This record gives sequence, structure tokens and C-alpha cells, in this order.
Amino acid sequence: MSTEQPAGALLSVENLSVQFPTHDGVVHAVDGISYTVDRAASIGIVGESGSGKTVAALTLLGLTVTQGAIVTGQILFDGRDLLTISKAELRHIRGNEIAMIFQDPLSSLHPQFRVGAQIVEAMRIHRSITRAAARTRAIELLELVGIPDPRRRVDQYPHEFSGGMRQRAMIAMSLSNEPKLLIADEPTTALDVTVQAQILALLERLRHELGMAMIMITHDLGVVAQIADRINVMYAGRIVESAEARPLFSSPQHPYTWGLLRSIPTLDGPRGVELLPIPGRPPSMIRRPTGCFFHPRCAYALPSHSTIDPPLSDVGLEGGGDHRAACLLDAAQRQAAWAALKGGGTPEQARVAAGIEQDVVPVAEAEIVG
Amino acid sequence: MSPGDTLVEVRDLVKHFPISKGIIIKHKVGSVRAVDGVSFEVKAGETLGIVGETGCGKSTTARLITRLLEVTSGEVLFEGRDITKLKGPDLKAIRREMQMIFQDPYSSLNPRKTVGAIIADPFVIHGLETGPGERKKRVQELMDRVGLNPEHYNRYPHEFSGGQRQRIGVARALALKPKLIIADEPVSALDVSIQAQILNLLRELQREFGLTMIFIAHDLAVVRHMCDRVAVMYLGKVVEMAPSDALYSQPRHRYTGALLSAVPVADPELATRERHLLGGDVPSPANPPSGCRFHPRCSHAGPICSTQEPALTEMGQGTVAACHFPIADDEVGDLLPVARGRERL
Repeated sequence: MSTEQPAGALLSVENLSVQFPTHDGVVHAVDGISYTVDRAASIGIVGESGSGKTVAALTLLGLTVTQGAIVTGQILFDGRDLLTISKAELRHIRGNEIAMIFQDPLSSLHPQFRVGAQIVEAMRIHRSITRAAARTRAIELLELVGIPDPRRRVDQYPHEFSGGMRQRAMIAMSLSNEPKLLIADEPTTALDVTVQAQILALLERLRHELGMAMIMITHDLGVVAQIADRINVMYAGRIVESAEARPLFSSPQHPYTWGLLRSIPTLDGPRGVELLPIPGRPPSMIRRPTGCFFHPRCAYALPSHSTIDPPLSDVGLEGGGDHRAACLLDAAQRQAAWAALKGGGTPEQARVAAGIEQDVVPVAEAEIVG
Repeated sequence: MSPGDTLVEVRDLVKHFPISKGIIIKHKVGSVRAVDGVSFEVKAGETLGIVGETGCGKSTTARLITRLLEVTSGEVLFEGRDITKLKGPDLKAIRREMQMIFQDPYSSLNPRKTVGAIIADPFVIHGLETGPGERKKRVQELMDRVGLNPEHYNRYPHEFSGGQRQRIGVARALALKPKLIIADEPVSALDVSIQAQILNLLRELQREFGLTMIFIAHDLAVVRHMCDRVAVMYLGKVVEMAPSDALYSQPRHRYTGALLSAVPVADPELATRERHLLGGDVPSPANPPSGCRFHPRCSHAGPICSTQEPALTEMGQGTVAACHFPIADDEVGDLLPVARGRERL
């Protein structure tokens, strides 16, 4: 396998699959995803529970193999394939060149050690630095992430920090070795909205100051809209749509993305509009649907969609940049359907607008239970 | 009771939780002022939203209204009657009239009971529907109404997904045809596509049964979607209360403005990088700041704010807010990304 990466690319994931053998069968948690993260770029991975977004990220750090996962594909990071290098090399990269922050900062920090000591430890694992120098650097880092009075705070325990400050401390720790890539897995989900805004602004500032790339994993479309240059939408272990942030929100091309956008209430727009939930629920990852994985929940599915599995391919939009979607509808149909939905139309109206014949595939009506 | 009459009125509600020290001989060293003088009313048929950050007292308020917690002082009038001192059969009778839907559909359902038994519990407790097969029939009707398959009557909670479990919680709350439903963060544990299903269900049921609802959430967009009026709480106090349309287009309290400004908008065109960020964290409710409780985090605080507590005052459009320096009409566009979006259109 080649380890050639495109110029400017820091991370290239090629056809990555992660499977977990279980008593009930093989769980296809991630199913052949490919994406690239350029140096200093920020990408968002959006999806619901069980879409494989976290498993895909943990796999980058070699953290699923230890759980018995079967991993195939290629993960090229700065010229090395993370799936073939030795454990020692991977340990050197993990926490050093690639750092990760998690959703729950309280369970990610050790309750019995002082915050400063934990940051010092993270540094001393990867480089020869004296305790005193590491401590000075820890104080600098706490200051960098906006913790007031870092000289005093460095000797406190995690329980003495508020939720927002703990997440700042986690960020300080992840930055301690100046990583090239920061993976943030739902970093603000457990936080209040005002604190979330602070953390997002902090991540954005640090990314620009330190020139590091970032992968933001979240279920919140608002969060990715703020922070990501490019967005991958995941469904049932696959990337179903991939685009720059602006075209993704202005002209989304996959019915699942439409569903996500139309099922969230907004702060603007008329108040009485009914939300359009996506019917049914995500499929079993053991016995997956045939054809397009989304067809049992898709209001626009044709009979052929239950047999043909669409590849992630270019949508052919003018001026939309590299915009790909895995959908069997043609470009004109998608255009018309989204135009109708965006104007407040129902899926039925969108179907008519797109000229898709009705009732060709019974949408899982009986299964409209969350 | 006809729509428009006051169903619930809360007057000067206070709940202080004691902080005690000592192992054998406990003595009180202070108190957490979870709810500190809250007053509002809810009219029959309307939905009142309560929003605020962690620790603002919104859930405590809900638990005080339903008598799951005892008040420190103040009154809760339900159909004009103070229910804070009710006991025994009177209390049981009033509890039929108000039901709660909880946040976590995993911990709010007994894992060892079947769904049928969980939804039938209210009938058992109140000795209703005692005829043969009657309870089962009623339960299955309820299951059908909330979008569950009635054949799943004998299944256990773990066999259901999060959204379905929340439907079970809704069915249980509806069983006794209560007048008031208090939903405490009913969708925050659910994925967005499922969240929309539950929100739509609640709205449908509200219309169908003429329910009055108190809807507690931290998600401002969800509250806007669901509620006729919204109360914003901060550190145990209501700082602003207004009809939804007024609150979201013209917030008056500086805290409301900061909250709205902090919401990430799912539109990169509006996601401006320079927003009005609120600094710091919510102070401890055990030792709230003097004067206006928001003043240490407020960008517009003046000397008066730290000494004098502002009272809730009329600000037009049905809004009341407790702020010495309320947000002026022309400041809104600068504050809210959404308002900027409106100008752009």
C-alpha cells in the first residue's frame, strides 16, 4: 500500500471499516469511509447516536482494536499508516501528534490527582522535560485556555472546577504537546449554552493561533455550522454527504441531511411550523437494510432503491466545490425536493415537486415509533 | 375551567436546601437558595416554558409545584387553592391533576416492570378502572395514542429505544387525564430526529386533550417552538418573562440577550465569529451575588447593579424583566445572529 498523501493533507482516511464480532453477529460500526483533513483545517462529522462517528474517531487513535474490533482500510497521518505502524510508534503519536477531548470532562480527568499534575504527566510521557519546567508550562496552558488565576488552579482537583473549566483543563492537557490534529468528540454537549459558546470560541482561537487541524464530532448542526470548514454527514456507519459548510447548509443533497435540518426547531422563521421528524429509527448495524441504507426511512425512495447501493459521488453542483452525496435521486429531483422543503413544504409536496411518483415504496409507516 | 382562566399560580416560591456540617451533631452552616422568590401564573390551555442554565432552579420549581419537594415558603395555587400544605387524601387527589414527564427515559421507568404495568400504575394507585380487562384496555388505548404498538404491552423498558421509552413516559403521564403536565427536559436525551417526533406528539396531545403544560428545557429553540410564554430563570429568580414572539425578537434582560446570542445557529452564513460571549460561570446559589445576581457577568452593569436588586417591571409587548439597563430596541440586531439574518432577508 502506498503512503503517498496529497499535498497539504495531514490525515487521509481511505476506505476505513470497523467491525465488531458479537454473539448476535458482526456489527458494521464503520463501513468504508474515506475523507481527508488538510493541515490547519477543521472538519465536522455529524450524525446521530450509533452512526459510527465516535468509533471512526477512536479507530484513528488505535483505541478500537483493543476492544476486539476488526479494522480494515488505511489511515495515513503525516506519511505514516496508523493501522500498520508498531504499537510504540502509535503510542508516540497518540496524545502527542493527535490529541483527543471527550464529551464528559469529569470522567476524563482523574479525580484523585491535581489538574496540574495530570497535565504535567501528559507532557512527561512524550518528552524529556523537568517537572518544574512542565509545571510552568501547565500554568501557561491553563492561562492560554482562559482559566482565571492559573497559579492557584493548577494545584486544585477536578471536583473544584466547574464543568466549563474542566473542559478547558482537558483542552489545556490535549494542547500540551502541540498536536497537529485535535479530535473533539462532542466537547460541548454536556455544557450550558453560554459555556458552550465560550468553549467553541476558544477552540476556534486556538486552532488559528496554533495552526492545528481539528475534527469536530457532534450531533449538533449548529455547532458544526460555527466551527467546521467542511462537514461529513454520517448515517449507519457511512458518510452519506460531504461538502463545504456553506453549500451543505444552503443546498444539502441527501434526504437524511434534509431530515436533520427540518427536524430541528430554529430561533428564526415562523413559530407555528410543524417539525418534520425522520420516521422510524436508525437500522440495526448487524442486519442492515439492502440497497441504500436510508431507504426504509426515506420519503423519496423508489422501488429500485432497496436493491441499489448508491456510492458517495459528486453531486454536480455549479460552484459548490467538492460536494458529494450517496443518493440515487438525480440532481434535478434533489434540487426540486429541497427547494420545496426549504420553503416549508411537507415531504409529500417535495415529492410532487421532484416528480417522484407516490407510494412506490411504503415508507415505514407502521414503524413510526421512535 | 375554560381556556384563559388561571390554572396554576405560584407566589413568592422559595426553596432553600440546608448545607450542614458535622458527622454526629449536624449543624446548618448555610443554604443553597435553589429557588428564591419566584412568582408566575399559568393559564389553562397554555404552555409556559422555563429556560435557564444548570442550577438556575428550573427543575426545583417543577418539583415544588408537584409537591415532590416541600416549599420553604410561598404558595402554589392550583385552581385557586394553596396546595403546599395539603396532606393525605387531599394531596393524593391533587396529584391526579398534575403529572410529570422526566428527562431521562432510562432511569424514570422501573426496569423490572412491564410497560403495561408501568402505564397501569396510576390506575392502581388511584383505584381506577377496576373492572376485568378494563385496565389493560385503557393502557393499550394509551399506548396506541402515543404511537406505541399495543401488542408490546408485556415487554420491558430495555426492549425499547430512547424515543419509545419517552413515549411510555408520556402515556403514563396522560393516563389519569391530568389538567397540568410538567415536562422536565423531555427531549434533551434524544437524538434530533427522534426529538422532533416527541415534540410533535406533545403538541398534538396538548391540542387534543386541552392540556396545560409547563415545559422546562435548556434548548432555547425547542422552548420557542413549544411555548406560548417563556420565563427565563437565573440563580433561583425569574429575570424575564414574556410571550415567545416578544422574548425571541426583543429580549430585554441582558442575560436573555446573552443566552440567545450564545445559541449556535445551523447556518454558516450567520455564524459570525465575533459574538457577545458571556464570561465566567454561573456563581454558586449558596452565595449569590448582591443586587442583581447577574451583575458580575454582565457587560452593562453599573454601580447600582451590585447594590440594588432590580424588580420585574413592565417593558411593553407583555414582557416583564428585572434589569436596570434593559436592552434597547436598536441593540437587538447587533446582539442576535438571527436578527441579523432577518435584516439580510
